[in-house]
Amino acid sequence: MEVNQDTIRHLADLSNFALTTEESISLVDDIKEIVNYISKLDELDTTGVAPTYQVFEMDNIWREDEILNQDATPDELLALTPTVERHQIKVPQVL
Amino acid sequence: MKIAGKDQSAVELVKTALEKAHEYQKDYHVFTWINDAALKRAVEIDEKIVRGEEVGRLAGVPYALKDNFLSRDGETTASAHILEGFNSPITATAVQKLEAEGAIMIGRTNLDAFAHGSSTENSYYGPTKNSKDLERVAGGSSGGSAVAVALGIVPFATGTDTGGSIRQPASLNGVFGLKPTYGTISRYGVVAMASSTDCIGFFTRKASDLDLLMEICAGQDPKDLTSLPDYYKGSSNGFDDPVKKIGIIRDFDNEAVAPEIRQALREKVDELKAAGHEIIELDMPALKHALAAYYIIVPAEISSNLSRHDGIRYGFRSEDAGDLSRIYQNTRSEGFMPENKRRIMIGNFVLSSGFYDAYYLKAAKARTLIIKEYEKAFEQCDFLLTPVGPSPAFKLGEKTHDPVAMYLEDVMSVPLNLAGVPGISIPVGKTEAGLDIGLQLVGPRRSDRGLIRFATQIAGEVQVREDDSLDINFENGEL
Repeated sequence: MEVNQDTIRHLADLSNFALTTEESISLVDDIKEIVNYISKLDELDTTGVAPTYQVFEMDNIWREDEILNQDATPDELLALTPTVERHQIKVPQVL
Repeated sequence: MKIAGKDQSAVELVKTALEKAHEYQKDYHVFTWINDAALKRAVEIDEKIVRGEEVGRLAGVPYALKDNFLSRDGETTASAHILEGFNSPITATAVQKLEAEGAIMIGRTNLDAFAHGSSTENSYYGPTKNSKDLERVAGGSSGGSAVAVALGIVPFATGTDTGGSIRQPASLNGVFGLKPTYGTISRYGVVAMASSTDCIGFFTRKASDLDLLMEICAGQDPKDLTSLPDYYKGSSNGFDDPVKKIGIIRDFDNEAVAPEIRQALREKVDELKAAGHEIIELDMPALKHALAAYYIIVPAEISSNLSRHDGIRYGFRSEDAGDLSRIYQNTRSEGFMPENKRRIMIGNFVLSSGFYDAYYLKAAKARTLIIKEYEKAFEQCDFLLTPVGPSPAFKLGEKTHDPVAMYLEDVMSVPLNLAGVPGISIPVGKTEAGLDIGLQLVGPRRSDRGLIRFATQIAGEVQVREDDSLDINFENGEL
């Protein structure tokens, strides 16, 4: 797997990063080295092995579909954001 | 007035802890924030005791909180710029449980930003220094918590362990560090790193102290649907069923491990043999692939968990805003540390179309093999004894420019997280240069209590300093 500037640009896009040129350059080497390392997993024979995604020993846990008391009030949550207008979070125009 | 069986008041205890916290902060950089208001809570506890009211099992006991636990005391920063200014309106379940028993948080401890790292050098606020050598790393990611306990500032501290973040700094600072079975303690209100391996645990100077902390914190929480029903209280303490067979892993005794650590393991093994334990040598060949699998699975989960940090709802927002996508991109670029970025990008790489099967799916299959290998091992032995990491504390800056060298620190600690099994780092001695050496005891799922008892039996307690007046005996929860 070749890691180059295009790879870094693509991954930065997926990650929502605006990287500086300097960062992109050092990231090529870092990501290359890491990809190189994790590619070693190829040596392990996993033919016929089922994947494991979680190590929790239980199945789905169900509960009633009801609104439970929340730990934080809407006002407390709004206090965390820098721009609030009419009791809502204000963001720049989207469309 | 008596606290923890000694003639002392909560105010005295907390005052001493705060004084030590301030005293050590300048050299060691243990905390991201020191809670001077803790004294007020100590006064309240003392008043309750005077009035004869019931107080909890940790009444007046000062503790340090890793700064990725949410609570209303102080900003929760996860040592990351992007969470700067985040005053949480909610409190983590583990914090609630500890404080309901009267424990008093005296400070938030430093970590690698978002717990990404093995040295605490990835903290936005700068590294924490090793408790025995100011030129060396504290380990990580829970470096601040380990050093707070090692220096005798507090008798216990909380940590999180996704791939070794409790056990490794514990071993590098000569204290006990417990990573419980996955799901034992609710993760509600703790900054998520990798949801399928994240665990909450503790640092102490006495192995037996871990027992009380587990009794208090273990149990199912409706707010964390991956928390197990409480198995801990009812589980065997290990006395009815004495530990007989100890497994050692042949593969881990190799040249990548520092000679003094290999020597410490051999000595411990001889000691156990002399005490009548049977030593079983095991081959666990899948474990050598655990690190590669870990650095696929964990970044994948990180890239997903950290996508929530967008600068809109809380924390830091870039001043160079413009339109919405620029807010996201600039906030994330300025707010994350280089290691956070590497992990997010690797996560997006292994999950992206074309690479998913070769990396993520492959790692998930490797995980199955690793789990099976532990199951097989525990058919042959009660617990495993292994090194925690390959070397004692390394020099600050030694590995910061080589991400893979830093990842190799985790090679013997991550397999447990992939399998969800518990482990304790126990201090076993020092190198010639005076650096701490720890070994790791590993048990099958839900063997936490037996593991703590066995650690108590074979490791005793850590003497920090002669004037260690905070060494509180809260064994058995008797006050």
